[in-house]
Amino acid sequence: MSATPLQRIGAMVFKEVRQMLRDRGTVGMMLVMPLMQLMIFGYAINNDPRGLPMAIERGDNSVFARSIDAALRNTTYFKVTELVESPGAGEELLQNGKVQFVVTIPADFGRDLVRGRRPQLLVTADATDPAATGPAISAISEAVSTALGHDLIGPLGSRAAGPSPVDLVLHRSYNPEGITSHNVVPGLLAIVLSMTMVMLTALSVTREVEQGTMENLLATPLRPFEVMVGKIVPYLAIGIVQLSVILLAARFLFQVPFAGPLPLLLGATLLFMVTSLGLGFTLSTLAQSQLQAMQMSFFYILPSVLLSGFAFPYRGMPQWAQTLAEVLPTTHFIRLVRGIMLKGWGIIDALPEMSVLAGMLALLGFVAVRRYQDTVA
Amino acid sequence: MNDDLVIDVRGLTKRFGGRTVVDAVDLAVARGRICGFLGPNGSGKTTTLRMICGLLIPDAGEGTVLGEDLRTRRSSIKARVGYMTQKFGLFSDLTIAENLEFFARVHGLDRRRERVAEALEQLGLTSRGDQLAGKLSGGWKQRLALAACVLHGPEILLLDEPTAGVDPQARREFWEQIHGLAAGGMTVLVSTHYMDEAERCHEIAYIAYGRMLARGSIAEVVAASGLKALQGEGPGADRLAAAIEARPGVAMAAPFGTALHVCGPDMAALHEAVAPWAGTIAFREASPSLEDVFIHLMRGAEDNSVVVHA
Repeated sequence: MSATPLQRIGAMVFKEVRQMLRDRGTVGMMLVMPLMQLMIFGYAINNDPRGLPMAIERGDNSVFARSIDAALRNTTYFKVTELVESPGAGEELLQNGKVQFVVTIPADFGRDLVRGRRPQLLVTADATDPAATGPAISAISEAVSTALGHDLIGPLGSRAAGPSPVDLVLHRSYNPEGITSHNVVPGLLAIVLSMTMVMLTALSVTREVEQGTMENLLATPLRPFEVMVGKIVPYLAIGIVQLSVILLAARFLFQVPFAGPLPLLLGATLLFMVTSLGLGFTLSTLAQSQLQAMQMSFFYILPSVLLSGFAFPYRGMPQWAQTLAEVLPTTHFIRLVRGIMLKGWGIIDALPEMSVLAGMLALLGFVAVRRYQDTVA
Repeated sequence: MNDDLVIDVRGLTKRFGGRTVVDAVDLAVARGRICGFLGPNGSGKTTTLRMICGLLIPDAGEGTVLGEDLRTRRSSIKARVGYMTQKFGLFSDLTIAENLEFFARVHGLDRRRERVAEALEQLGLTSRGDQLAGKLSGGWKQRLALAACVLHGPEILLLDEPTAGVDPQARREFWEQIHGLAAGGMTVLVSTHYMDEAERCHEIAYIAYGRMLARGSIAEVVAASGLKALQGEGPGADRLAAAIEARPGVAMAAPFGTALHVCGPDMAALHEAVAPWAGTIAFREASPSLEDVFIHLMRGAEDNSVVVHA
C-alpha cells in the first residue's frame, strides 16, 4: 500500500513541527519577537512626541514671565526640567542634549509688554531631529497666547486683541532648514555599522563551531583571545570602508554639515565598532547554531533601529523605552555622531557618551572571554 | 617512572551533566609506539583523546604528556601534539595549500613556503594545491587533515577514528604513513573500530562505558581475557549460534561465514557444551579473536552510558 500525497505531506509537517519545537530558542524568539514589536510600535514610538525636556532662561520676573513659565509647564508637550538665570546657560544644556528647547524670556519682558513694544520671546530648538521639533513649536506659541490672554485684561486688554503682543522668535539650532537627511544620514552610520559588525561576527564564530573547525583551532596553540582578535580585525577593516562610504555620501550627496573634528568621529566610530564586534562575539558564544546567531542579531538590531532615536524621536518615547534604549550601544553612538557632525561636539562634549560605550565594551569583552574558552564542550 | 613514557596519565575522569563519560582511565604510551584505542561507540575514546591534547580539562586524575602537566601546561602540550579530529576540521572554503599555510602560520613555522610545498608533494597533491579543501573526496580529506596536523612536527599524534568511511586502499596507505611516522620517533594514539587496524598497532587499549578494560599487546590482551575458543565446521554449523550460546559454560557463539565460533572461559566446559552436535559438526580448538575478547569484555562491563534516574 502506498501513501497518499496527503499522508506524505502530513509526515513532512509532523517532522517539521517536531524539529521546530525541539529548538526552544527559535520558538521563544517567534513568540517574543511579535510581542516586542507590539510594544515598540504600539507604545514606544510616537510621532507626536510629548514631554520634551525644556529649559527656561528667565531674565525677567514679571507676572507675565511667570505665567508664560506656568503655561509652558502645563502643556503636555514639554517638561520644564531646568530653570536658568544666567544668559548662555540654556545654550549649553541644548549642546549637551540635556534639553531640546530653550525658551528665553529677556530682561524687561514684562515692562516692554505693558508698553506695547512687542518684546521678543526667543525659542531655541535642537532641530537635529526635525520630526521632534515641528509640532512642539506651535504648542509654544499657543501656550504663550493662552497665558497672556489671562493676564492682559482690563486696561491691557487691547494688547491681547491686536496682533500677537510678543514677537516669538524661533531659532532652529544645528539644522536651521530642518532637513531630514541631516538627521538620518549620520544615524544611518550607526545602523549600518551595528548590523554588519554584530551579525557578521556572531555568524562567523558559530560557523566555526558548526563546521567543526573550532575544535581544530582550539587544538592548536591559538589562545581564545587571539582567535577573537584575529576574527575581529578583518571586520574592523570592513567597518572602516563603510564609514568612509557613508561620510563621503553625507558630504557630497546629502551636503550634511560636518561641524565637529573628524578625528573625534573616527575615534568614536572605532570604539563603537569594537563594542559591536564584542557584542557579536558574545552572542556567538550563546548561540548553538548559525540560525540562532542570526535570530539573536535581529533581536538586537530591531530595537536598535526603532528605539535608538534613529527612526523615531528618542525624547518622544515613554520612560521605559528610553531606559531600554540606554542599554543599546547604538543609542549612544547615534548621539555621538549627531553631536559631532551637527552640533560640533568636541572631545569634552563627547566624553560622557564615549565613556558609556567604553564601559559596555569592557563588560562585553569580559563576558566574551569568559564564555569563550580554549576547551570544547 | 619510565622516562620514555610520552603519555602517562592516571585516573582520568570526565563527567558531563550526571554522566561519567570517562571513569578513572590510566594510559601509558612509550615514545615511538603506535597505540590502538578501541571501544564501542560512546565509550569515551574521543573524550579521553581531548583530555590528552588539552581540549578538555579532566574532572579528576593527573598525569603528564611529553613531561608537561596535563592540567596546568595545556598550551605547551597543544604546541607539541597533533590532533586529528573525527570530523573533517579543515576550512572547506580555503584551498589545500591555504589550509596548510594557515597551520604553518599558527605554529609559527619558518620556511613556510617550503614546508607547505614539501607537504603537498608528500601528499601527491602538488598540482591540486589550488583546489578547495571542501571539494576533496573522503580519502583525500583524511590525508590532507593528517598532513595539516603533522606539519609542525609534533611528538605525539592523536588520531580520532581517522579511517572511518575511507576505502581499503586508502586505509592501507594511511597506515603505512602512520608506521613511517612512528619509525621516525612519533608516538601515535589512534582510536578505531576496525579489528584489522588494531592488529596493525604495537599495543592496544580497550575502553568501554568509560572504563579501561584491557591494555597491552594483542597476545597479552587475548591471554589476559582467559577466553578459550572452538571453531566448528559442518552442515548448518552457522545456524546453531543461538542454541549453543544458551548452553552452560558458553560465553558466546557467533557465525563466521559457514563456520561457528564458540567461546568460553573453560575449554573442557566448551567441549561438553558442543557435545550434542559433535556428531555432525567438527569442532577444533582455536585461538579467540580480538573481537571475541572485546565483546566478552564489553558484556561484562556495566553500561553507564545512559543516565539512570533513581
